[in-house]
Amino acid sequence: MSQYILRRIAIAFPLILAVTTVVFVMLRVALPGDPAQIMAGDRASPEQIEIIRRKLGYDRPVLEQYLIFLRNFAGGDLGRSVKFREPVIGVIAKAFPFTATLTLLSVTVGTTIGLGIGILTAVYQRTWVDNLGIVLTVFFFSIPTFWLGLMLILIFSVGLRILPVQGAGTWRHFVLPVATLAVGQSALIARLTRSSMIEVLSADYVRTARAKGLARRRVLVRHALRNTLIPVTTVVGLSVGGLLGGAVITESIFGLPGVGRLAIDAISNRDYPMIQGAVILVAASFVFVNLIVDIIYAFIDPRIRYA
Amino acid sequence: MPEASQLRAEQPTGLYTLVYLKFVRNRVALVGLFCLALLLLAILFAPQVTPYDPIGKDTPARNQPPSLTHPFGTDKLGRDILSRVLYGGRVSLQVGFLSIALAVAVSGPLGLVAGFFGGLLDNAIMRIMDLILAFPGLILAIWLVSLLGANIGNVILAIAFFSLPTFSRLIRGITLSIREMEYVMAARSMGAGSLRIMFYHILPGVLGPLIVLTTLGVSGAIVAGASLSFLGLGVRPPTPEWGAMLADGRNYLRTQWWIAVFPGMTITLVVLILNIIGDALRDALDPNVRA
Repeated sequence: MSQYILRRIAIAFPLILAVTTVVFVMLRVALPGDPAQIMAGDRASPEQIEIIRRKLGYDRPVLEQYLIFLRNFAGGDLGRSVKFREPVIGVIAKAFPFTATLTLLSVTVGTTIGLGIGILTAVYQRTWVDNLGIVLTVFFFSIPTFWLGLMLILIFSVGLRILPVQGAGTWRHFVLPVATLAVGQSALIARLTRSSMIEVLSADYVRTARAKGLARRRVLVRHALRNTLIPVTTVVGLSVGGLLGGAVITESIFGLPGVGRLAIDAISNRDYPMIQGAVILVAASFVFVNLIVDIIYAFIDPRIRYA
Repeated sequence: MPEASQLRAEQPTGLYTLVYLKFVRNRVALVGLFCLALLLLAILFAPQVTPYDPIGKDTPARNQPPSLTHPFGTDKLGRDILSRVLYGGRVSLQVGFLSIALAVAVSGPLGLVAGFFGGLLDNAIMRIMDLILAFPGLILAIWLVSLLGANIGNVILAIAFFSLPTFSRLIRGITLSIREMEYVMAARSMGAGSLRIMFYHILPGVLGPLIVLTTLGVSGAIVAGASLSFLGLGVRPPTPEWGAMLADGRNYLRTQWWIAVFPGMTITLVVLILNIIGDALRDALDPNVRA
């Protein structure tokens, strides 16, 4: 198993390197026009643009720029924010805990609820419980994050006045943002758990377990649920990508000072080092989360452990 | 005569006839399809459906709650929300359909070629797709649009780009499994070339699952497009678009709730219907699901 884990880690590093390369190339290639000109704004004088160009190293050959960029990245330096006039990594480090907390709580809450609904609907297949579950999950799956967020504000903050609209001071500020993201997550997990569990429940080993007289609960938990979790775990990892994207919107709606909001503000300020840093960091966290999931996978799936 | 009718009964039913019959038996999906068609017609013929201009101001009629004359109410400039929802649907649906059409057009050949020829080419294509997948979709789209410039064309490009891996992976996977089928070997032994095999023997097998993924992809793309506009990366005001209308309405939640409620309800409805149709198509194509 350790070999498997080492191999996963060995794949993750080149992937993060490739991700940073793509981000670097896109900033230099996809951006129409001169990045220094764009960052300086329309009213900047040629001298000001020249200063920015030299400061960001854009006057050097692209390959040299790339190597410098990589060396800085390896040392944890993602450049300086144009707006904040301090290192990008420092600004992001202050915002990251909010995004991490939001994403982590949403994954946990959403997955737990989704597993519950999925198991219930699979066990009570073709009953009213199942039908209700299917209707609810397809509905939850379809509500766009930004609208759900606004509706939750309308109901709980404007209407019932029990939760704050904006800010990040207390745990109460996290209730609505987490709910916003967890609803979609729970639907995704519930749908997957249901179909996976139904498949497992019709497997021969489940019938054998029942036939040899094991209690229903024990069969469900020890035989069925364990095997259901295998595909679910993969999707939980992949769903973090969607949640990180959703976090951008949720943070913007609820005024949470996270990485997503930082990136959106950076776009309107044309603060390209900042956007670049945020994109790299989010993509790297996504790769990292999936590395963790791959490792967890080895623990729950013996076929990987003994392979 | 009895022999003739017996003969007809024994005619084999094609896969797609079976799928169609199974789909038609799904009442919820049929009702959804009907509602979607109605909505599409209303959006297409918006000038005939609604007498109001979606962009022009009508100051005396501003901030009206929903009523018979304005079923969805009016905004701070007196613009009829229903008109804006209908006209806005043109943009949102365009984004949804065009971006996925583009994604399918590019990833179709890529997936087919990767799965069919395998080897180095397959490896190169799929590693590039893995790289795109390493970025969370919406984040990649935000980054691309911020670089290319905030407009609808770039929103479509960005969504198509992050959708590429999903489609090419599916197509490659099915191609891989069909390539090993005996009928493909039979075709080859009869002298069929690679192109002919890909088009006439593999593509038809890919089509079913691809239609399912396309349906779900369009609903995802509509949400992604509206999300980008919501964040201010899509259309410019005063152009109506569902996400942009919501962004506008969020400032008036306390006083004019209808500005944000109705556009969002419309997106949710469209996405819900597309997801239901996608699910029904998947069930219809799945031989393990009973009708």
